[in-house]
Amino acid sequence: MRHFCGIDIGASSAKLAIVDETGKVVGRGLRRSGVDYAAVSEQILNDALAAAKLRREDIARSIATGYGRDNVPWAHETMTEITCHAVGAWHHFQRKITVIDIGAQDSKVIHLDGHGKRVGFKMNRKCAAGTGAFLEEIALRLALKVEDLNGLAEQSKKEVPLGSFCTVFAATEILSKIRAGEKVQDIVKGAFHSVVKRLQEMDSAHGDLVMTGGVAAHNPCLVKMFSEAYGRPVHVPPDPQLTGAFGAALLAMESGLRKSR
Amino acid sequence: MGNYFMELENGPKQGKKTAWCTSVGPAELLHALGYNVYFPENHGAMLGATRMATDVIPLANAKGFSPDICSYLTSDIGAYLKNDTPLKKVGMSGVPKADVLVFNTNQCRDVKDWFQFYAREWNVPCIGIHTARSLGDLDEPIIEDVARQTEALVPTLEKVAGQKLDMDKFKEIVGLSRRCTDLWKGVLEAATAVPAPITFFDGTIQMGPAVVLRGTQSAIQYYEALLAELKQRVAEKVPAVPGEQFRIYWDGMPVWGKLRDLSTQFMNLKTAVVASTYCNSWIFEDLDPADPWRSMARAYCRLFICRSEDAKEAYMEQMARKYKVNGIIYHDSKTCPNNSNNRYQMPERLDAKLGIPHLVIHGDLNDLRLYSEEQAKTNIQAFVEGFAQR
Repeated sequence: MRHFCGIDIGASSAKLAIVDETGKVVGRGLRRSGVDYAAVSEQILNDALAAAKLRREDIARSIATGYGRDNVPWAHETMTEITCHAVGAWHHFQRKITVIDIGAQDSKVIHLDGHGKRVGFKMNRKCAAGTGAFLEEIALRLALKVEDLNGLAEQSKKEVPLGSFCTVFAATEILSKIRAGEKVQDIVKGAFHSVVKRLQEMDSAHGDLVMTGGVAAHNPCLVKMFSEAYGRPVHVPPDPQLTGAFGAALLAMESGLRKSR
Repeated sequence: MGNYFMELENGPKQGKKTAWCTSVGPAELLHALGYNVYFPENHGAMLGATRMATDVIPLANAKGFSPDICSYLTSDIGAYLKNDTPLKKVGMSGVPKADVLVFNTNQCRDVKDWFQFYAREWNVPCIGIHTARSLGDLDEPIIEDVARQTEALVPTLEKVAGQKLDMDKFKEIVGLSRRCTDLWKGVLEAATAVPAPITFFDGTIQMGPAVVLRGTQSAIQYYEALLAELKQRVAEKVPAVPGEQFRIYWDGMPVWGKLRDLSTQFMNLKTAVVASTYCNSWIFEDLDPADPWRSMARAYCRLFICRSEDAKEAYMEQMARKYKVNGIIYHDSKTCPNNSNNRYQMPERLDAKLGIPHLVIHGDLNDLRLYSEEQAKTNIQAFVEGFAQR
């Protein structure tokens, strides 16, 4: 049986998925992107091949996506993460959906109609507001680890709103909240709410919401806040951080099977 | 173009006066009075295209010109403060000093502020036309007002030039401008052909004579040759983008410092940017040598940038249909709100009318600090991937 590979090299993490001819994930890889994208692409490919007990020649076709998509020497073609996240999300939720992907460096809102056709998309503008980088900056200001943010937000009884658009100004605003004696967990909840607001400002939603990406994967409290803010259920696919790589692998599979017909 | 710049360089030695003119200012009148006419917006574009702009803009910012205002203005004044210009590379000693500065606010207020800076620096007159903005129908009182304002420039211009206006010469120059416009329109309309023989990126360079040489015989000769070549390319189906699969309309300013990168990306995506608001802004079909004052007023009021949202929307709708585009890209240029047309829901309205998608690119005409190349590249690639899916 032939296999197909998708690799998503983002600003923070590199993700990889190997699927078989039925689209089933048989291998996966995850590492920090680092600064040498070509090297990390080799490493996570080897990780995933080893886990799946496959050889390199078993991979019939590969597609690279994400900011490092042009730096994967062994990929057959590149596609944007917008297309790949849409395909990955659609695989699990085949209905009219709005996909919200919050990555380390950018956020995307992607609209799919009831046939899986992309009918629109938007990415965040130049600034980091509403992205994982914003939450990393907030964690830094509060001397916290990023992975602690979700637990703290869940403890919050009162949200401290942050008004600033700008990540740098929001960080300054946080210092003033600390001086005013606000609790850390309430500030973190406020930061989460800021992410929700930025995404809501970016574009409206239609259909069910599907959240993908690392921020959704690690912060269920934030996902719940999205559901409350939009007033509709939010679905999270299995392994949400892998959605872009999975979508790329499915596209490689479609392309590979088409070529062999 | 080389001769044009050398005439500007040598003009003062030959006793010729230099007038600075905004790119959609009354150039025909200035030519008729014997001026060498210099267009600083063309210089702004050069600073952008050579990527000098981002280095010199901060110098103007430090002198009180906000980073949020027109980056043609800030790059031109920054270059002046640094005493540097790309014109030195073509053998000029520097930017030609103005004897008079003549503006038309049909584009924006910034052009007047820009010219007034130099008027103060050099103690020379700065005069101009204040055109109403957001024009819907071009009613007679509006045209009459602009025509009278243009005529009112004459005494000052005659005094500085040291000669009287020759109406016959003026009419002849308006006629030459009209001929230039007709040819330039033909050049751009060649891209209605599938595949297109010329793209927006070619147009941003080829438009040089339409901006700085209109009213002269040289511009006419240039466009006659170019149009003949394009007609041949259309007949032989020679594409500007080999394997053209998709066609796009570009609205707003070019990103001058990224023309090559963007052009290459679209080429690789087999996508031709076939039409633009920008290049079409130098088509002045109202010009009529029989009625120079009023026809100039009408032509320069019809300019896209000073029209109402309704007029702009109607224009873009017919352009998108005429050029058979798959989608529209709006460049939201941070320092050029007057020529960023995505800010009042136009993309959403045109999506609904035309049934084609749009993309907004956030950037700037000259200030590359305001442009995120990776984001723009990803957005453009994703936009084109969407066409393939349709």
